[in-house]
Amino acid sequence: MNLTLHVWRQPDGRTAGRFETYEARDVSPAMSFLELLDVVNEGLIARREEPIAFDHDCREGICGACGMVINGRPHGPRRATTACQLHLRQFTDGDELWIEPWRARAFPVVKDLIVNRSAFDRLIQAGGFVSVNTGGAPEANTIPVPKPAAERAMDAAECIGCGACVAACPNASAMLYVAAKVAHLALLPQGQPERARRVVSMVDAMDAEGFGACTNHAECTAACPKEIAIDFIAQLNRDYAHGLLHRLSGGV
Amino acid sequence: MRSLIGQKMLMAVSGALLLGYLVLHMIGNLKVFQGPAHFNAYAEGLRVLGAPLLGRGQALWIVRIILLAAVGVHIWSAIAVTRASWRARPAGYQRLELVETTYAARTMRWGAAIIVLYVIYHLLDFTFGRVNPGFVPGDVYRNVVASFRIFPVALAYVIANVFVGLHVYHGVWSGAQTLGLNRAPSDRWRRRGAAVFALLLTAGYLLVPLAVITGRLR
Repeated sequence: MNLTLHVWRQPDGRTAGRFETYEARDVSPAMSFLELLDVVNEGLIARREEPIAFDHDCREGICGACGMVINGRPHGPRRATTACQLHLRQFTDGDELWIEPWRARAFPVVKDLIVNRSAFDRLIQAGGFVSVNTGGAPEANTIPVPKPAAERAMDAAECIGCGACVAACPNASAMLYVAAKVAHLALLPQGQPERARRVVSMVDAMDAEGFGACTNHAECTAACPKEIAIDFIAQLNRDYAHGLLHRLSGGV
Repeated sequence: MRSLIGQKMLMAVSGALLLGYLVLHMIGNLKVFQGPAHFNAYAEGLRVLGAPLLGRGQALWIVRIILLAAVGVHIWSAIAVTRASWRARPAGYQRLELVETTYAARTMRWGAAIIVLYVIYHLLDFTFGRVNPGFVPGDVYRNVVASFRIFPVALAYVIANVFVGLHVYHGVWSGAQTLGLNRAPSDRWRRRGAAVFALLLTAGYLLVPLAVITGRLR
């Protein structure tokens, strides 16, 4: 099959970018989207042109490294699928594809389709962890976790931190990401001691990074390759209110 | 409350106050169908509400002050949140396909601007009587019929109230989400509940101008 690609090219964060058009000839419908870019890049390298820079790592849909907006949809048109697991059979011969990076102030473009997602790492540093004293690993079953809580925590923990939620959000908000990170710890006993402090400090960090404000369009859930539900955003808001009250009442 | 979530919580709480007023206002409006005597007596009753503890019109002023404060907080937080969101994406997409959102959600901001203009006209029409044809203070029934008899005015009310309905539909669901009232597993019935509520509210409001246009109220 043949595809026409309009790819965002930007040498670095300081230089303005623009779309370049590339023709992909005789590519296989069985190729993944990243393999398509690999093939286009081989052609570019053969012509001594700069290859298209894009993030990728595991190529099995679990690492969260890849991600680009394909025809207006983060990770492309298929639900619950990362760009690396998107195959060309999702498109038809002769299709024109617009390929852009995530666009958000908090995710500055590094080069072409690569954005700097360190803002997400800083959100985790702000509180998305459980402090554990050093020592021998405790016996796994000393802390009982109810099965429904474990399941729901896992639903939240499925988040791979790819940033598609921010990319899809009309407000460039990171609420779904923070909601998932807050919820998977808040649902487990191990997350309780730091629960109030965690949510307040992660929400403050989210604002400081310059993400927008959620207006509940639910575009994030639709774009999320792991289909994290927006119920978790309600839970984040609820936890945040508790966290604020906790702080007001002098809690640590 | 300095955080964006805090600001949205203020928006949700002030919105809930305004919503409570909308429900009472709509129920009051429907008394127009009981005829001029009943409707005007109801309007007069509102002015003497709380007597003898409160003087004439004092209860109305208490409500007005609460409403003005709620409107102020609602608009202030909406502007703050909107500005943050516009700042958050300085460079837009060539293409961004919205797949999940609703017309109601997408018109929250511009629909709100229409609602503000409508409320200003509405106050000039029935409270201050400045744009009402032959305004008679106290004869509420006459004023309503006189205004809605002008077709463009009635049409504008209908359109504005449809936007109020859309705003309420997304606002109820989204506000509940912001206040953390929505719980897993599914929000589907909450959305439907918000839709039914908004539909009933809008229908209640539309009945009056439609009844005047069709000649049921004269």
